[in-house]
Amino acid sequence: MTDLVLAWLTDPAHWTGQDGIIQHTLEHLGYSAISLLIAAAVAIPAGLVIGHTGRGRFLVVNLAGAARAMPSLGLLFIMVLVLGPRLSGDAAFLWPNLIVLIVLAIPPLLSGAYAGVEGVDPAARDAARGMGMSGSQVLLRVEVPCALPLLFSGLRSATLQVIATATIAAVAGLQGLGRFLIDGLAVHDFPQMVSGAVLIAVLALLADLVLALVQRYAVSPGVSGRRLRERVRRRGPDTLAEGLQVR
Amino acid sequence: MIGFDEVTKRYPGGTVAVDRLSLTAPTGRITVLVGPSGCGKTTTLRMVNRMIEPTSGSITLDGRDTSRMKEAELRRGIGYVIQHAGLFPHRTVLDNIGTVPRLLGWDRRRTEARSRELMERVGLPDTLGRRYPAQLSGGQQQRVGVARALAADPPVMLMDEPFSAVDPVVREQLQDEFLRLQDELGKTIIFVTHDIDEAIKLGDQVAVLRVGGHLAQLADPAYLLAHPVDDFVADFVGRDRGYRALSFQPTPRLPLAAERTLTLGETTTGVGGDWVLVVDEENHPVGWVEPQRVHGEVTSTMLHRGGTLARSSGPLRAALDAALSSPSRRGVIVDDSGALVGTVRAHEVLTAIERAERPELADPLHPGAPVR
Repeated sequence: MTDLVLAWLTDPAHWTGQDGIIQHTLEHLGYSAISLLIAAAVAIPAGLVIGHTGRGRFLVVNLAGAARAMPSLGLLFIMVLVLGPRLSGDAAFLWPNLIVLIVLAIPPLLSGAYAGVEGVDPAARDAARGMGMSGSQVLLRVEVPCALPLLFSGLRSATLQVIATATIAAVAGLQGLGRFLIDGLAVHDFPQMVSGAVLIAVLALLADLVLALVQRYAVSPGVSGRRLRERVRRRGPDTLAEGLQVR
Repeated sequence: MIGFDEVTKRYPGGTVAVDRLSLTAPTGRITVLVGPSGCGKTTTLRMVNRMIEPTSGSITLDGRDTSRMKEAELRRGIGYVIQHAGLFPHRTVLDNIGTVPRLLGWDRRRTEARSRELMERVGLPDTLGRRYPAQLSGGQQQRVGVARALAADPPVMLMDEPFSAVDPVVREQLQDEFLRLQDELGKTIIFVTHDIDEAIKLGDQVAVLRVGGHLAQLADPAYLLAHPVDDFVADFVGRDRGYRALSFQPTPRLPLAAERTLTLGETTTGVGGDWVLVVDEENHPVGWVEPQRVHGEVTSTMLHRGGTLARSSGPLRAALDAALSSPSRRGVIVDDSGALVGTVRAHEVLTAIERAERPELADPLHPGAPVR
């Protein structure tokens, strides 16, 4: 089986053209990116404001719980049935798919942003206000930078879920890497199906890797504790050597 | 000057945190609010920069009603130091200190120069400038907190238990440096603590609050120790107040005895007596030795170091403590440079104490006010 999958993946004919891996990967990334952008534009500001004001906490808790129980495929069919007739052309399939992915991405983004702000040291927040920062200055200059680690973890988990789930776009008339699973299933081409699944998994991991790198540079070492740990590690042997010299 | 006029804070549930409080914190002085938990001292402090709005009454800054001032403007003009420092974890030490200057629109270069100057002021080594708060000790964090509050040179400082989260040794160090700093800067300070010793040590005047936000007594520390106004205050200022009050009494001229000394490195041959004081080359006392137990040169490892030193210009408490702690029962008195002046015995200090005047019975802060 592994040989067959490798053979399928290394066949140059499978990479190019309208049904090629490159084309489907770009489509897959496109759906994912648009959904994540829209979801982030809604969920991150909402989460930040809820964390900042403390109002609407129940919304986050219930939404996060409900979303876990949501069947993506079921929602997709409902959306196609409800929205499909009202939209024309590509939009009839595009929007139902995007909505499912957006709905999927919102809870982790929302809870990440909310939990990040909520978890900021109350003393730091108090000091910020006491020094004369306005509400929005406290949020943007103190709470958001401190919330970044959790915000990023929300974004990364949303990204993983969306890329994995964007596979179902192929079920409802769109393209993307899900094509290989659906088409492969139709003709019982199992190497093609497995290859599709592998490609989706690799894409998700690569996206996560990119975000991890962005996070590394975006988050202050004072919050991530990165440079702190490195320094201790570096200092360890040195101090030991010094100690030995003295004695 | 910060003025409280009939200030009350009542919470929606009906709890009264501060009850018709009137007091004045004079310019350039440290006013300490002290009391058990629930006495409203922190609420009182936070009403000054309007982190909490009073229910009724007014608070004035140099005569200006704070409720008429813009919140942000008011706060930027008031240094604010809190218990756990409240440093911003994502900012370096320099950036933390420069927070208010940046808010006031200073440029980067001027802010950094000011921040570096303040690091030196509060005794932080220059090398810590690029560190993050998580890399500092508790004491260092508090120093950064104080530096940050001082950054824009505000005339008024509010300090809410700033030293209570550090260990006792560091706390004492921070307190001493805080007093030294205040000598240089002369800020108008309201300082909240639950620790009466800290209040006595730091306050130019001390306001003792009781639960429910009532002012029990407002007096300078020496007066408070000598004349607690009622049982609550007496209880609160504690047991050793007679002894502690000596901290505020300058040492009068004491009958000093000349002391036979040994310099480090000298031999004890021919030296008699039970205890002999050892000094270094500059005549600074370093400890005591029992000559009959030493054969040969006196080295620093064989010294008894239990005795404390008292400066002749210091308080009586130090002189008495020097006599009580000395293994020879002779208290070592030094001059301001730390050089030996002579020794004194406990009964001689006690005689001096008995001759010294008690603090005036009339309340110096409220002349004419009836003493309850």
